[in-house]
Amino acid sequence: MGNIWKEFVLNGCRALDLTDENGFLCGKILADLGVDLIKVERPGGDPSRRRGPFWADVPHPEKSLYWFAYNSNKRGITLNIEADDGQRILKELVKTADFIIESSPPGFMDSLGLGYSTLNSIKKGIILTSITPFGQVGPYKDYQTSDIVTMGMSGILYQTGDPNRPPVNISIPQACLHAGADAAVGTMIAYYHREMTGEGQQVDISMQQSAAWFLANAVPLWELSGVILKRAGAFRWSVNSTQRQVWQCQDGYVFFFMVGGRAGAKTFHELVSWMDGEGMANEYLRSIDWENLDMFKVSQDVVDQISRPIEKFFFSHTKKEIARGAAERSISICPLSSMADLLNDAQLESRNFWVEIEHPELNTRITYPREFVKSSEKVCATRFRAPLIGEHNEEIYGEIGLSKKDLAALKQAGII
Amino acid sequence: MEARSGVFSGIKIAGFGWAIVGPLTMKYFADYGATVIRVETSKRPCTLRISAPYKDDKPGLDRSGYFNHFSANMLSLALNMEHPQALEVARRLVAESDVVMDNFTPGVMEGWGLGYEELKKVKPDIIMLRQSGFGPWGPYAQQPAFGMILAAMAGLPNFIGWPDGGPLPVGVSAYTDCISPRFAAAALIAALDYRNKTGKGQLLDLSQFETTLYFIMPAILEYISSGREPARVGNSHPHAAPYGVYPCKGDDRWCTIAVFSDEQWASLCQVMGRTEYIDDLRFSTLLSRKQNEDEINELISGWTINFAPEEVMDKMQSAGVPAGVVKNAADIYDDPQLRQHNLFWPLNHPDMGLFTHLGQGFELSKTPAQAHMPSPRLGEHTEYVCTEILGMTDKEFVELVGAGIFE
Repeated sequence: MGNIWKEFVLNGCRALDLTDENGFLCGKILADLGVDLIKVERPGGDPSRRRGPFWADVPHPEKSLYWFAYNSNKRGITLNIEADDGQRILKELVKTADFIIESSPPGFMDSLGLGYSTLNSIKKGIILTSITPFGQVGPYKDYQTSDIVTMGMSGILYQTGDPNRPPVNISIPQACLHAGADAAVGTMIAYYHREMTGEGQQVDISMQQSAAWFLANAVPLWELSGVILKRAGAFRWSVNSTQRQVWQCQDGYVFFFMVGGRAGAKTFHELVSWMDGEGMANEYLRSIDWENLDMFKVSQDVVDQISRPIEKFFFSHTKKEIARGAAERSISICPLSSMADLLNDAQLESRNFWVEIEHPELNTRITYPREFVKSSEKVCATRFRAPLIGEHNEEIYGEIGLSKKDLAALKQAGII
Repeated sequence: MEARSGVFSGIKIAGFGWAIVGPLTMKYFADYGATVIRVETSKRPCTLRISAPYKDDKPGLDRSGYFNHFSANMLSLALNMEHPQALEVARRLVAESDVVMDNFTPGVMEGWGLGYEELKKVKPDIIMLRQSGFGPWGPYAQQPAFGMILAAMAGLPNFIGWPDGGPLPVGVSAYTDCISPRFAAAALIAALDYRNKTGKGQLLDLSQFETTLYFIMPAILEYISSGREPARVGNSHPHAAPYGVYPCKGDDRWCTIAVFSDEQWASLCQVMGRTEYIDDLRFSTLLSRKQNEDEINELISGWTINFAPEEVMDKMQSAGVPAGVVKNAADIYDDPQLRQHNLFWPLNHPDMGLFTHLGQGFELSKTPAQAHMPSPRLGEHTEYVCTEILGMTDKEFVELVGAGIFE
């Protein structure tokens, strides 16, 4: 790829990404930081390409939007690593790599003779990052799962939903993203160690554990108070009251929650004066000492009295009016964004967040996030779309000395 | 104090952030050997220090379970930045640091004279990592960043709820607070490596709002492609049935079951002892199961309600059917898998007693995360940092104590 890599922070590193959908985000983050990321798919394409939604609603392995979302900045090759020739070729590629990222069931890489010790003997200092639902060891390691199962096992699902209904899962898969992002950090820590010492190692990522890593105060609340945090639906639960968090407005929903004490006082003051300006505050709201409002002690009656005029106020406004008013006052109230809102969001526009990337095969450009970090030194931008099936076979296999003739033979044999 | 070993041994981070996003980012470094110094003040303490639950229900800056759960391995320097002499101490800290971390609302650091340009004058190769809610400029830049609000701003509640109800927040408050730190930590390690190789520091700017959008990207692409906004679908899945949360024996006990293939359906029927459903035309194929999903869900609920969720999980998993306990906080606390992977670190804390500190979400085979010490009391390491790291004489330190800057 020549000079282009010089532009990026992790200039000169290469990763082989053997993951399925459970691991895409890891490689995406590394690729954005400048790693030469090679997505290794089975011949015919990764099964995750069958996952919808699809471009123009046409189910096709080259049109999976899930694939597009998390594989930009990666080049792609096909390789059957279960065949002897495929393993031989993979080992040649390993010699050129710094990282291997994979998401096969525990023990699978070993069973192919591609376990860590073999890889490390081929390329000293190699880093092997494995992303699995429950990690490489432990009583659940071979459990079958899906996002809803993993999210249930992580503690997030139990706390989400209405109190009088079953817990409800976030319908867009999340466990794979927590794991993928965590895997990028784990891989980078291992990389830093290797740069210091020359020593490589294995990084064991468990989707359950990455998702369970952040449960806010649920675990200490159980340990210290014996209280299990429950679902509170559109409300927020505290010891003596529940407080509304989701409010209706004219054309959608507004999110606002009552924060007590100094942290929330500014928002309350500004909100009440905003309401006052429109004749919608009342004497009760004006009389409250917001600095000393303790949300853990406040009674349901007080919460309800505060809520009623606020409810009316939000209901009389549109999402846009509320967003603008909150921004002008620098207070923490916001409408629920639709996908259309996000694509037209003023903040994202001022940050130059979206970028259009060419998809010549679809004869179009598609909007992606430009970069997750702005660096004063280097650019970490989305540069090119996700690879087609085997798009870079010639280019990458050429580097390790395979001729066009070899490639033709390998294709016939179902290796690439 | 003994020297730390570990991957980031010798790296010093001056942490001006508070609440969750900054500290959680620093945690990756503290747990792998970096010296992470949290600059705090009792004049305006970290919001977590004044958040419940407290040890024995008694509030106190060093007694919050929320703060202490997340802050293992970090040092605390009490420094009141509003004091006129504090800036000089902060500058000395910056001079000794590799990284300055900031997740305050934009403008706070600049107001103290600690903006990136100022930091560079003190330490030319400094790396400054900023993570505010919305980024340092733009119309929302000055809005406070609460995770629940950011999640709504990023559209997440569109994906949570039932077809007959409204959008719901993620149950874990501040859900987005764990998203940005991962992107930030990966970028920061890359920046450290880059500095080691080129001698150049840099400013890294992440927005919590922006990183959260990576967690819904397929839906944004779907809207671009088809104009379709997400619909609330409860627990149903477009390509699987049964798929959902089912009631179990006990108070508010639930299990999940996810069936993607006809083989898994057959296995599930066998586990339930209802083999007649395997070839029943209403249920035998994915399409027929999707068509009769409500009926299937009722059938399964009628069976699962007789068992504890652990029993359902064991029976289904033994038959190769994806299923699990919907774990509450008590279940997570005792989870054998998470325990084996060292998610939790029981550490003795002077105010909390033996208390569960959070470990790491993943494991490295040769350089494991270290449970080196419990979360710091506010200002616990002020003297150590000033004399051992900043090189103050005892006399100098005592004078500054007298001036009241370490509060």
